[in-house]
Amino acid sequence: MTCNDTLARLLARLCPMHIVVDDTGVIRRAGPTLQKLRPDHPMPGQRFLDLFELTRPRRTCRFDDLLASGESKLNVTFRTAPHTALKGHIVPLPGCAVIDLSFGISLIDAVRDYALSSADFAPTSLATELLYLVEAKSAVMGEYGQLSRRLQAARVSAEEQAFTDTLTGLKNRRAMDHVLARKAGGGIPYSVMHIDLDFFKQVNDTLGHAAGDHVLQQVARILVEETRHEDTVARVGGDEFVIVFDDLTDRPRLRRIGQRLIDRLQQPMQFRGRPCAISASIGIAPSVEQPLSTPAGLLRLADLALYDAKHAGRSTLCFAAPRSGTRTACPPGAEVDETQGGCPPG
Amino acid sequence: MHGLVNRAIQSFVTNTYGGECWHRVTEAAGLGEFEFEAMLTYDDAVTEALLTAFCTDLGRSRGEVLEDLGTYLVSNPAVESLRRLLRFGGDTYIDFLHSLDDLNDRARLAVPDLHLPALELREDGNGRYLLSCGPGMSGFGRVMIGILRAMADDYGALVMLDHDGAETGEGPDGGAGDAGEVIVVTLVESAFAAGRAFDLGARAG
Repeated sequence: MTCNDTLARLLARLCPMHIVVDDTGVIRRAGPTLQKLRPDHPMPGQRFLDLFELTRPRRTCRFDDLLASGESKLNVTFRTAPHTALKGHIVPLPGCAVIDLSFGISLIDAVRDYALSSADFAPTSLATELLYLVEAKSAVMGEYGQLSRRLQAARVSAEEQAFTDTLTGLKNRRAMDHVLARKAGGGIPYSVMHIDLDFFKQVNDTLGHAAGDHVLQQVARILVEETRHEDTVARVGGDEFVIVFDDLTDRPRLRRIGQRLIDRLQQPMQFRGRPCAISASIGIAPSVEQPLSTPAGLLRLADLALYDAKHAGRSTLCFAAPRSGTRTACPPGAEVDETQGGCPPG
Repeated sequence: MHGLVNRAIQSFVTNTYGGECWHRVTEAAGLGEFEFEAMLTYDDAVTEALLTAFCTDLGRSRGEVLEDLGTYLVSNPAVESLRRLLRFGGDTYIDFLHSLDDLNDRARLAVPDLHLPALELREDGNGRYLLSCGPGMSGFGRVMIGILRAMADDYGALVMLDHDGAETGEGPDGGAGDAGEVIVVTLVESAFAAGRAFDLGARAG
């Protein structure tokens, strides 16, 4: 045994987790902290590879192979529970080898599993600092977690109160409902135009959602450009839009606007060099033609007119049939717009 | 002032004097219904107004209130994690005192934008230590006295603590302007009582 007692004492003080293994693979000494991990089984006398399983270098099954491999880094785990993983640094000496072990990242579990205290680590060891950092990090993360949850709750409630469609910047359905609700009993005539895009699903399916989003943004831009500032333009569904025209109920004018919208929406839009061809069907309901309709009823009539426009072969617009009698529970259907090739009957 | 500091004050007021007191204090400070977020930073004037309103509400001096705050931070179970983080400073009260030199670096390691005044410990012999608190947070020395006292209990050490206002020109309000403060720690006995257990591996919930 070349490792003399002075060296052994020095190692025990400086490296409390070292182990001295002779060249037959038998443990001769173990540092006090390492021995503390297996208090009932004195390590000296055991074979190193009976106590530990080598995980690096992996294909070594004999201790002299390990020495011969020239590797200085090794990773081991205890063969018995708890299977703590240790990192090691092996230094071969004449007649023996010294291996200094350390917990590495398994420190956090090890301190708990073996009830270690700072006295078990060398004064220069960063173990306590690492534990401090882990605990400080957990405390800070806990605070951030709470902050995130409160912010998330605030975001959800803000979204619930929001009036803007985030994709297009148009008003959303909630905003449109508010606008229409204010129309009830307002006395100022208005019209509701319901627009549904044709062939939008194909764009989404063949060119992807990014293309679909791009198309929706272009549609929004066109709707805003073709309407007045005081009109309400809202995206009320995936590819459905509603425009509420303030103080505008004149059929020829509404028809011109609707037709211009269809014409512009039909011009292919480019997305990353590929054309996205869509069109639009439109249903219109002016309030003066439905004196007994509530704003919600007028929206439903515009929706029915849109349904007729779709059936009439798309890219068309239809007006809701005028009603002046008593209010009916079931809204009347749309009326064919004969004057400009609207919906052919049937 | 960092939200953690403000949050500590809020926690102290609410857990010691009740939510009703916190409500009165925020109203008096002109903040209305108010809660601090620990991870945001607030204007120093907010903290100042709050402390002033709090001292008025209690009818106690600022120095006393800040010392109580320090004691609360270490001894109340609601803020157990801070006591644990301080206990990482060492196995004995003397080790802990020496670790205060690194306190503001340690704090910054955990929360990079948390700037605490620099602390410097000098040994004066015969178990006497002088702890200088750097400028930057008026009244920090008073809070430190509360912390040092509670940590002495935690370690089971018997100490005497004095706020040495003379050296820095203590202001009439018990704060010390912004020139820094000096605390005199006299260690009578380092193992006077059993103290509280500190298990390195048990994480504070």
